[in-house]
Amino acid sequence: MGVENAAYVAADEAREIVALVGSGPDKVIPLLQEIQKRHNYLPEDLVEAVAEEINVPVADIYGVATFYSQFRFTPMGKHLIKVCKGTACHVQGADMLSSALCEELGLEGEGTTSDMEFTMETVACLGCCSLAPVVMIDGKVFGKLTSSKVKKLIKGYRDGKN
Amino acid sequence: MGKLVTIKIDGKEVKAEEGANLLQAARDAGFDIPGLCYYDKVSPSGACRLCVVKIEGMRGLTASCTVKVSEGLNVTAFDEELEDHRKSLTELLISEHKFGCMTCEVDAACGLEDLAYRYDVTIDNLPYPARKDLLPVEATSPVILYDPNKCILCERCVKACYEIQGKGILSFAERGIDTYVATDLGGLWVDSDCDGCGECIQACPVGALVPKPSIGKARRWEVTKEETICPYCGVGCRIEVEKKGNEIVKINGADGPANDGRLCVKGRFGYEYQMNNDRLTTPLIRENGQFREASWDEALDLVASKFTEIKNNYGNDAVAGLASARCTNEDNYVFQKFMRAVIGTNNVDHCARLCHASTVAGLARAFGSGAMTNSIKEFEFADCILVTGSNTTETHPVISTYIKNAVINHGAKLIVVDPRRIDLVKYATLWLRQKNGTDVAWLNGMMNVIVNEGLADKAFIESRTEGYEEFEKVVKEYTPEKASEISGIPKEQIIEAARVYAGAENASIVFSMGITQHVTGTDNVLSVANLAMLTGNVGKLYSGVNPLRGQNNVQGACDLGGLPNVYPGYQKVNDPEIKAKFEAKWGAKLDDKVGLSVTEIMDGAGKGTVKALYIMGENPMVSDPNLNHVEESMEKLDFLVVQDIFDTETAKFADVILPSFSSYEKWGTFTNTERRIQMINPVLDPPEGTKDDWDIIQNISKRMGYEMNYTNADEIMEEISDVSPIYGGVHFKKLGNDGVQWPCKTDAEEDRGVLFLHEGTFSRGLGHFSPVDFIPPAELPDNEYPYMLSTGRILFHYHTGTMTRKVGALNAFESGPYAEISPEIAERIKVNEDDEIRVTSRRGTIVTKARITDKVAPMSIFIPFHFAEAAANRLTNDALDPVAKIPELKVAACQVEKV
Repeated sequence: MGVENAAYVAADEAREIVALVGSGPDKVIPLLQEIQKRHNYLPEDLVEAVAEEINVPVADIYGVATFYSQFRFTPMGKHLIKVCKGTACHVQGADMLSSALCEELGLEGEGTTSDMEFTMETVACLGCCSLAPVVMIDGKVFGKLTSSKVKKLIKGYRDGKN
Repeated sequence: MGKLVTIKIDGKEVKAEEGANLLQAARDAGFDIPGLCYYDKVSPSGACRLCVVKIEGMRGLTASCTVKVSEGLNVTAFDEELEDHRKSLTELLISEHKFGCMTCEVDAACGLEDLAYRYDVTIDNLPYPARKDLLPVEATSPVILYDPNKCILCERCVKACYEIQGKGILSFAERGIDTYVATDLGGLWVDSDCDGCGECIQACPVGALVPKPSIGKARRWEVTKEETICPYCGVGCRIEVEKKGNEIVKINGADGPANDGRLCVKGRFGYEYQMNNDRLTTPLIRENGQFREASWDEALDLVASKFTEIKNNYGNDAVAGLASARCTNEDNYVFQKFMRAVIGTNNVDHCARLCHASTVAGLARAFGSGAMTNSIKEFEFADCILVTGSNTTETHPVISTYIKNAVINHGAKLIVVDPRRIDLVKYATLWLRQKNGTDVAWLNGMMNVIVNEGLADKAFIESRTEGYEEFEKVVKEYTPEKASEISGIPKEQIIEAARVYAGAENASIVFSMGITQHVTGTDNVLSVANLAMLTGNVGKLYSGVNPLRGQNNVQGACDLGGLPNVYPGYQKVNDPEIKAKFEAKWGAKLDDKVGLSVTEIMDGAGKGTVKALYIMGENPMVSDPNLNHVEESMEKLDFLVVQDIFDTETAKFADVILPSFSSYEKWGTFTNTERRIQMINPVLDPPEGTKDDWDIIQNISKRMGYEMNYTNADEIMEEISDVSPIYGGVHFKKLGNDGVQWPCKTDAEEDRGVLFLHEGTFSRGLGHFSPVDFIPPAELPDNEYPYMLSTGRILFHYHTGTMTRKVGALNAFESGPYAEISPEIAERIKVNEDDEIRVTSRRGTIVTKARITDKVAPMSIFIPFHFAEAAANRLTNDALDPVAKIPELKVAACQVEKV
């Protein structure tokens, strides 16, 4: 019964989102963006409800959502860490930063910490190569990092100082 | 056919249809341009680039599959540059392709392998590094295996799923080298909405999508292929059977007139039963309560002597017979001839009584003919389709694809009127959820709106019909308010549906058991006919009234006189002229009294007036209503003969069991739901010890002193065309791959019968309006039995499950009985999903599993009737429609308890 109720809630929200953004196959990307803006990720029941609302096969929406790296199907932590793996950062030791971050966060690789505080992902280039190696946390860029600096940075977020 | 224009390909002038696909036109003209993503059944993608050509006036290389033919195109299809380009593309594809042709299911039937051969590409002369990292193989579906490492990303499967089947379950996920075909939201295939039709397998040009049941069964060069007609439902899909030795290894959709190569999961994967070890291979005789094997001579002698004895002692009418909607036209003709000419009774009926007896009665009264007025493929081009009482996607899956095509590809408006949230609701403009058994009310309500808003087709009513005034008087009483009150449908929806239906240029009505299986079945059908006539939506291409017939040959079994009131071709038994004609043709004295219907035969057996029963290919011990009553009747019979391919629930009561051929082993004809008579071919040898149905019957007949000496089915059809005018022009040699649609009255090769009926004039002359008042169902929920029970079929099983329940692939989808109950019932009786529940009606009780879903209406329950161990028909009501004698299988009151 719980699941059924969730489906009804999703249907209501889907109608709201479609009313706001519009309907049709050409609106799939803005619809997904709106869903992600509200939830930080794409909840499956909501995507299914939106697909039904706009009469587009849910598989098509999945195709679009997985094509663009901006969309995610898993909930994100409170803080989003983007580790740059562009050429300049790679040369300057981006892998070292990832290892340090994994160690600090207790992650195996990209992913979200079990306390839902941090999500770490890698990106191709953040466009500030002169600061390499860089990470971006919640939209803010930190450059010329080392393993110890990046660990300290995370501790700061954890303690609420950053 | 468009205008023919002239184009030039490699300097040669070619005539082609304007607007045609250039690649197709070039191939048709003999230019073997390669291409992997082009598939003539879906829109072109231009993805593989192998079909590139040079076109004068266009820059660079163009994918010919994306170009339409126009006058004067000057095309270069082959030169060194193009061939180099194609070779490079092949090399790129091979470099990403898992190399394992020697163990691949499609080895020797693979588009990519052919290209590699053509352009001499092997893994050791590749200029590109071969791909090493492999993606996981998706093998969770019971019937489909997808290997992304063999996938060339042509998109044919994705498009086939959406554009042909209307399902849209597949899509490309991820990008670049990681791209693969995903289902729904990327979950496991088995958890998706995929129902296993396998259209994607058929579309795949390589070995990325293969049918799981075929894996390891045969190399391509070991199989032989033969075409026949699918043995399951009334759509009559043409199938291509691949066999190795005498074993089916795979079934493909063939381009038949009713299916264009499409199939459903049963047609493609439901063949395993034919090879089942439980096939009957010798006659069996009951002795001291046990069956023992017997020779054909002994068994047939016994049947003949018992029938003769009972006839002599109790009269001809003490014997009755059930013909079969599963057997061929020829079998049914011989069966009813045997009952009428040899036994001397009209006590012959079959399970059509339980499905469309009311259609035949109702449409015969309204139009003069009780069949689908239109052809299956016309659905794709109707502007409005009203589907009521037909869960088309599950019961006539391929017809459902044409309805979906109409909605998706052509913007048709679909109105679904059904108490259950059936699959088609997803595609519907309007879904009206009526209370079970209130069809006359909402239909009258719609017609009230049409009359009052001036939407009726006055010219049609004036020129083509009679009885309008009486009819209008009744309809005037059914205001939308009144119709809404009875049916529970909001009046706005009734009004809207009336406007949409009446406003369409071409509107088609599709109906099935939800309309017919009521005590008011005939009334319901008459109302449907009224609606079509009121708006002039009959007798036109795409517009009409279309009862979907359930079984592969239920149309034929009716056409050939497997009914107690008519000879073959619906010629009445009580018409003296007709009777005289048949007496002369058959050389026997015939009875002019209308015989007993299925339900009356069972009653007669119970009362002791029917002493002997001959059942060919039917299983009433699962299919008939109120089974406890049927069981008592069966036990009372003096003599029961069952002729079948398996030991069925009914055969358990038999005195003699006679083993016959399955339809993969037969030669003859089936008539599908669109009145199309199609040849079926013996693609397999029958098991030793079995006989063809007509041959068994004629051997009994001879022993009873009436000579029948048919040597094959062809001779029987010649006799049929001689005695039945609507089959007058039907001859085996004329049928070919496309068959003919009755009425087909002349022998001329070009007379292919009639695509749609009642053009210009109705079969009966004028269309007849019948005033119809609402009558409630015979039994409704009350305090003692508070829930509404309805029964029906599901996609994965067929009728009484005799065949489908012996197929592993189908059992993997659905293996046993269950009941859909509404969340409100679940809450009230405190059950969870899959809990055991006891369902009880005034007639019986069964224990089954709960499936909680809002697919059924609140306080309602739906039970599929396929499963003998929890047979829904122990609960159903055998109250009859007074005209058609069809029982009310769709409405009963029941109690549901937790076990």
